Amino acid sequence: MNNINETLIPKIGVITDVRIDTPDIKTFRVVTPDGKKAFDHRPGQCAMLSVPGVGEAMFSITSSPTNEEYMEFSIKKCGCVTDWLHQAEPGQQITIRGPYGEPFPVDDVFAGKDLLFIAGGVGLAPLRSVINYCRHYRDRYGKIDIVYGSRSKDDLLDYKEIIEEWSTDTGVNVHLTIDNPQEGWDGHVGFVPNYVKELGFDTNKVAVLCGPPIMIKFTLDGLCEIGFDKTNVYTTLELRMKCGVGKCGRCNVGAKYVCKDGPVFRCDELEELPSEY
Amino acid sequence: MRKCSLDKINLIFAEIAKNAELYLPVDQNDGSAAYKKWEEGTAWSNKLNTVKSPKDFFFPQTEDLMQFKTQGKNIEIVDTRSALQDFVIFGVRACDVKSFDILDRVFLSEPVDSFYASRRKHGVIISLACTRPSETCFCKTFDIDPANPTGDISAWKTESEIFFAANTEKGAALLDKLSSLTEECDDAAVLEQKEKINAIMDKLPLKNLTTDAFGGGKTNELFNAPEWDELSSACLGCGTCTFVCPTCQCYDIKDFNTGNGVVRFRCWDSCMYSDFTKMAHGNNRLTQKERFRQRFMHKLVYYPENNDGLFSCVGCGRCLAKCPISMNIVKVMKKIGGKKDE
Repeated sequence: MNNINETLIPKIGVITDVRIDTPDIKTFRVVTPDGKKAFDHRPGQCAMLSVPGVGEAMFSITSSPTNEEYMEFSIKKCGCVTDWLHQAEPGQQITIRGPYGEPFPVDDVFAGKDLLFIAGGVGLAPLRSVINYCRHYRDRYGKIDIVYGSRSKDDLLDYKEIIEEWSTDTGVNVHLTIDNPQEGWDGHVGFVPNYVKELGFDTNKVAVLCGPPIMIKFTLDGLCEIGFDKTNVYTTLELRMKCGVGKCGRCNVGAKYVCKDGPVFRCDELEELPSEY
Repeated sequence: MRKCSLDKINLIFAEIAKNAELYLPVDQNDGSAAYKKWEEGTAWSNKLNTVKSPKDFFFPQTEDLMQFKTQGKNIEIVDTRSALQDFVIFGVRACDVKSFDILDRVFLSEPVDSFYASRRKHGVIISLACTRPSETCFCKTFDIDPANPTGDISAWKTESEIFFAANTEKGAALLDKLSSLTEECDDAAVLEQKEKINAIMDKLPLKNLTTDAFGGGKTNELFNAPEWDELSSACLGCGTCTFVCPTCQCYDIKDFNTGNGVVRFRCWDSCMYSDFTKMAHGNNRLTQKERFRQRFMHKLVYYPENNDGLFSCVGCGRCLAKCPISMNIVKVMKKIGGKKDE
């Protein structure tokens, strides 16, 4: 069935590695049965993963496009498909189709700019793709700041990579925070929106936000307070999807389909859409 | 233009059915009409239209997409599609023919939905001009002419004869095959018939309904209109409107465990249903008002915005006839469009 070019028909993917990131997030490494990457993608794009008989769901691709060997998906356990995936062991086959959606404008708008990435919880998953892409092509971008917060130290995704790789890069500053004080944590304590205001960044940057809707709302307000223009702030939306190609009629916000026109939106464009997301 | 006596219509049907499956509106026991496959002895319905639209022919209510066979940790994907036969749909009204254009813009835009595309490729549409448009008809609101239906072949029925004109190559090829049963004629009788139809159209109660208040770019103007509350207050969320609608195209994809593998199928879904947008982390349309508004905003604003101003309604009137609480797109257009009931 390999010669069929039909968007709803997936490819077989094999889970080759499962990394336990936090108590409810695991990162799955996926390749095709012959050991290759299932398809190429751009930072911010998504893929439909499915478990036959359980269901199909859209996930952001957390690995960078510059990784030519495999794809990674950081998945929080919070529904039928994710629950099943969390039980899966290496060697398990699933299905995969994509890539879907519009990526972050990494090669035009972001080029030459200072970048500020702000993530909360599993919201780091889609940003990891673009952060690692920008780190890979480090000379194409200015200073990179990363603000990342989670409920606790144990809930910080990709902690090892953040400490061992991102924090040691030249021109990359990582600012971590957790919601409440915790034994063994000597970093910042507090919510992401307040931390962003405390850090008080230069406003001539492009900012990218991803996290729970409430975090996005307050962080965006905070960024505007310190002088950011919404035309320089990007975020991603997540709505229920079935087809991934703008036909099943499910994920629209006004006339835009999140699967096709998103998931990446510029905040001023988002403001033009009805508040139904 | 070619014609034949209505006495010979069964010979026409038999000739068409020699090379392709033929479907046409047939009277049902409950007094309604439905598209059925023609066999010798099948009588063509005289009703204005079928309860369910003919969108089923290209976008079936349910269809299998693929099958999965699993063994241990391994999965095999099995193509379950079989080769399609050519088929002919006879007697499609102008509104329903237009609905295919509206569905085409969804399913044939990139990436093309190959399931829909192959059905579309194998189907030949013989449309039929309306002889007795009803009081629920408002196709003219959407610039559809019931006296001039499109499709591969257009047909007009008079008291005693039926007239055919081919519009496409597929249509011309089929009409050629009917040449021994039909004769060449001028269009005088058809012109007369068109005048009769137009005279009826001028008397219909919904003839003044306009789309002036709607179209792409009207989202911010109409989304928060206070009228949505009242319009949606009695909506049961039953989805009947979406199921009888020729242009509603939302679908679900689901898996079914047959005991001998898993079948993944697609089926019609409805934006009127409470779980349509429900996901693990919440639901962005929690109330029936939001779901109701979505359906009409999609047809009257979002779809036109994405499709060069084309509305996703053909004025067939099915929802007017079938909604259990007598709510419908006409009431929405009048209320939101700023006109009181006439």
